[in-house]
Amino acid sequence: MAIEVRNVSKRFGSFAALENVSVEVPDGALMALLGPSGSGKSTLLRVIAGLETPDSGGVWIGGQEQTAAPARNRGVGFVFQHYAPFKHMTVHDNVAFGLAVRKAPRREIDARVKELLSLVRLDGLAKRYPSQLSGGQLQRMALARALAPRPRVLLLDEPFGALDVQVRAELRDWLRRLHEEIHVTTIFVTHDQEEAMDVAAQIVVMNRGRIEQTGTPRELYEHPANEFVMSFVGPVNRIGDALLRPHDIQILPGGSDLYSEQATVEALVRRIAHLGFEVRVELTLPDGRDVWAQITRETAAELELAEGQILTAHLPAPRVFAAA
Amino acid sequence: MSASDAAALASRGAVGGLHESLEGNGGGTAARREGPASSGGPATTIRAGERAATARRLGLRIAALGYLLALLGAPVAMIFYRTFEHGLAPVWNAVTEPNAVHAFWLSIELVAIVVPLNTAFGIGMALAIERGRFRGRALLGLLLDLPFAISPVVVGLALVLVYGRTGWFGNWLTSNGIQVIFSIPGMAMATAFVSLPFVARETIPVLHELGTEAEQAAATLGASAWQSFRRVTLPAIRWGVVYGVVLTTARALGEFGAVSIVSGRIEGQTQTLPLYVQDRFENFDTTGAYAAAVVLALLAFATLLGMNLLAGAGKHSPRSRPRSGQRTKREAIV
Repeated sequence: MAIEVRNVSKRFGSFAALENVSVEVPDGALMALLGPSGSGKSTLLRVIAGLETPDSGGVWIGGQEQTAAPARNRGVGFVFQHYAPFKHMTVHDNVAFGLAVRKAPRREIDARVKELLSLVRLDGLAKRYPSQLSGGQLQRMALARALAPRPRVLLLDEPFGALDVQVRAELRDWLRRLHEEIHVTTIFVTHDQEEAMDVAAQIVVMNRGRIEQTGTPRELYEHPANEFVMSFVGPVNRIGDALLRPHDIQILPGGSDLYSEQATVEALVRRIAHLGFEVRVELTLPDGRDVWAQITRETAAELELAEGQILTAHLPAPRVFAAA
Repeated sequence: MSASDAAALASRGAVGGLHESLEGNGGGTAARREGPASSGGPATTIRAGERAATARRLGLRIAALGYLLALLGAPVAMIFYRTFEHGLAPVWNAVTEPNAVHAFWLSIELVAIVVPLNTAFGIGMALAIERGRFRGRALLGLLLDLPFAISPVVVGLALVLVYGRTGWFGNWLTSNGIQVIFSIPGMAMATAFVSLPFVARETIPVLHELGTEAEQAAATLGASAWQSFRRVTLPAIRWGVVYGVVLTTARALGEFGAVSIVSGRIEGQTQTLPLYVQDRFENFDTTGAYAAAVVLALLAFATLLGMNLLAGAGKHSPRSRPRSGQRTKREAIV
């Protein structure tokens, strides 16, 4: 169901966690709330879930106002960063919880739990206790538990933040496919721009309790609304007030006349780092400023780069944002 | 809050002493387990170092056990020895004496009244202090420790001042035919007062460690406050509560000072088991005193044993919670 947040503000003491935030999430969407820690993204999610009460503004789920409704009546599935398992219950009982408190018939509960455990690929682990599961398994159990009572919306708070890199990549790929399968309106919070861009079709970038920009991953990357968004959704070189993506810096082979002389600069290669497919070339410009260029492994090999070498580079016009 | 914390720590130290020394036994098994692994060590210097460490551990253990023996083991053993010195018959006669039987049942009755009350109240207090969001929580924590700080005799006197015939409510109570002092209500109040903090103080740290996420998860899954408490919070804090109940029971059974003043020590009427022991002792009936003391000790053992059996029945509890894990181990040793 569609989620609508209108003009929500929330303070914790003197700290403004949310300042007049409005978001609309269409029915069936998969949206990411992206921002650094303290940006208010988790608070916004908790306001939607009813775990925090906003100081002003309102929340609507499926067209119904929910601002004052207690969390248990909102029909939200919530997944916590640290899984929040019920440690004294088996995996089966954890997943069954939302149905058991609604006094669903036993046979119905068992069937639903079985279905969900197979959906999250935990079949056969129903009798285990949370202490016997790995982090990735715990998070999948938490997801099954959140989905069991058929929530109207699914909210995930940094769901993969506590997992190691490999499991994280696997789970986010799986979350995306799961969403394609069950189509429940989903919001997930992350501070990892790559994760947000990989999983979500729509991203809301937050900073200091405000929304900086909303858009598709491409829109954010190619047309960032401001300096914060540009530097948060990808790597940047800062040249004075201007920002430049490292992959926009072009290193030219000797004797190239691709650009006029005015459009190029001489640069000293300070350091070359081979990061697999990507090679990071750290350069010092004639005016003493340091920048870095991101080139592919192949280009690096063709250019026969060496540290200490002086080369010619093309810097396209950098982006300058009006002071915020 | 700092003052109440300090008081809580102090009280914890007092209660914890017994258990730490008991844990000496647990340490013993751990050391034995390390044994074979260390014997395979190639370097002799490492072995020498380990031997020194083992010697240190052994020394500490002997010191702890010696302390325990001097304070607890020897006196208790002596009571048992003196009691059964002349065989079973005199002991049996002493404990089946009507006043002794009455004292026994009175003590049980007080425990039956006080422990459920203080358990419910203790859990409520713990929730209020740990989960509540109101002003004056710190003050509540401080008040909770008052029974630890005030001498039981003072508690008894205070109750007499308020509920006695000349006290604040004395007139009203007397005219309505309610007798508090020199009868069971007053004794229950005195016992409840002195054993008040145990459940709350044992539950608060467990609640704190538990955090609020599991409860929030329960709420988003549709659980009401009561369902969340019953199905999520209570199972998670149950070892803290159980331990608090054990301490409350032990304290309620053994209470002397406050009850002594409030009860008026009427033989066969308001004489609890500890009061009976004192009475027998003062009247040079050592057999009666020792026999009743042994009954008291056996009641305490039975409490610990009962909780231990309960712990065994709930052995599903995951090992991941160190506090509760230690608890079960301690009780298993008891």
